[in-house]
Amino acid sequence: MHLDRIVISGIGLTSPLGNDLGTFRQNLLAGNSGVSRFPVRNMGDLPAGVCDFEQTKHQKRKEIRIGTRAGSIAIYCAHEALHNSGLELDNIDRSRVGVYLGITEHGNVETETEVCQLFDHYDEEVKYWSHHHNPRTVANNPAGEITINLGLTGPHYTVGAACAAGNAGIIQGVQMLRLGECDYALAGGVSESIRAYGIFAGFKSQGALADHEDPTKASRPFDTDRNGIVVSEGGCIYVLERLQDAQARGARIYAEILGYRINSDGTDYVLPNPERQEECIRQALDNAGITPSQVDLVSSHATSTPQGDEQECKAIRNVFGDSGNTLVNNTKSFIGHSMGAAGAIELAGNIPSFEDGKVHATLNLDNLDPACELPGLVSGNAVAKDGGVNVILNNSFGMLGINSVLILKKFEG
Amino acid sequence: MNKEKIKQIVLDIIAEIAPDEVLTDVKPEVRLRDQLDLDSMDFLDIVMELRKQHGIDVPEGEYRQLESLDSCANYLLPKFESGATA
Repeated sequence: MHLDRIVISGIGLTSPLGNDLGTFRQNLLAGNSGVSRFPVRNMGDLPAGVCDFEQTKHQKRKEIRIGTRAGSIAIYCAHEALHNSGLELDNIDRSRVGVYLGITEHGNVETETEVCQLFDHYDEEVKYWSHHHNPRTVANNPAGEITINLGLTGPHYTVGAACAAGNAGIIQGVQMLRLGECDYALAGGVSESIRAYGIFAGFKSQGALADHEDPTKASRPFDTDRNGIVVSEGGCIYVLERLQDAQARGARIYAEILGYRINSDGTDYVLPNPERQEECIRQALDNAGITPSQVDLVSSHATSTPQGDEQECKAIRNVFGDSGNTLVNNTKSFIGHSMGAAGAIELAGNIPSFEDGKVHATLNLDNLDPACELPGLVSGNAVAKDGGVNVILNNSFGMLGINSVLILKKFEG
Repeated sequence: MNKEKIKQIVLDIIAEIAPDEVLTDVKPEVRLRDQLDLDSMDFLDIVMELRKQHGIDVPEGEYRQLESLDSCANYLLPKFESGATA
């Protein structure tokens, strides 16, 4: 079966470490943390990753009032990605643009806000419940807000995939391009999760919420003192195109999608399954037609939970233990866990490796947990990789046992 | 309470729900939709804010009484004067 080659020709992002790829990358290479304290209802000031992009850059104030934070993040990223790609919407068929966004969850923030307001101020009288609630909470909201803001008329929807969603959104875009459902895909992931205390409370009850007196040290994957997740917000959207289309318009090509795989643990609601993770990585490698030793960099998923990190390390060790070529890093150690955006943002922070040959480190790795020992694990400072970086493998896993692996290759025309 | 105060109350609500609009030259006798970028959802917001901020309920069948600042003032004055609560 012939499959079109799909490439990345634009990147737009907002993260706790910058609102464009250049700034984000610079901070990753410099070893700066983007985690700060953020007021969470009923829980005090907690370590979190907060974005400071200019909302009114691409939205009217009325749009911001009516829409959602996830919608604003999505709109910002979509505009920035399109601008970065050099595409002019006035010169293309807007019905041929598809929007595919990964989300971990959507609607918690809006529902929680509405319920709290009703209880706090209106004695639970439902006549004070906002008529904006349903359009804000439908699961397609962030993708739909993009189409309204940009006047796009192609398909749009979100892909619910827990914390594997960032990869899943990109994979969906690739598939829709190959099926001919669109000519340009705006694909990636978004998250507004820091604005719902229930997300934090859920992780705390589970014993999986990070706690540290210094918020910049709270997210510490693979470290012996790690104690849980730092919840973050953010978004990253890519412009994806068929290779021939991108070349025909002279687009800058960041990378080619070489392969991918999504599978399921089929075992537990929360606990990861390293066997299925390993299987997912191996199947993605098969899909890409490469061997483990051809992977230069594994962008790990590790979220700084005691058990999850150890399990992922087993899977990575089993696949790449004898590679001799593969480095491993972790972006959540810098910005926390941006949930539905995580896979897409973490991949973006590593894409410049194709050009500069450098690999950013894993932050806060002061005492490596022996159970997390990995050949090629980069900690401390960024390193220059011998031979450069030609292939990146991006892990992104989530609750209910969903695993996603995406493999990118440096594009050489 | 008087009609001019009610017009200002409605304008203040519109300033919240349509923050991009310039409200310095709103003509009281002209339909709000004909001079501002307001849609049906915005009028639901006006109704909601009257309820939340002033305890005034506007039944669905009477929404059209809110079409201009003048009609708002005429319709809402007795409600404000009676100290109606939601």
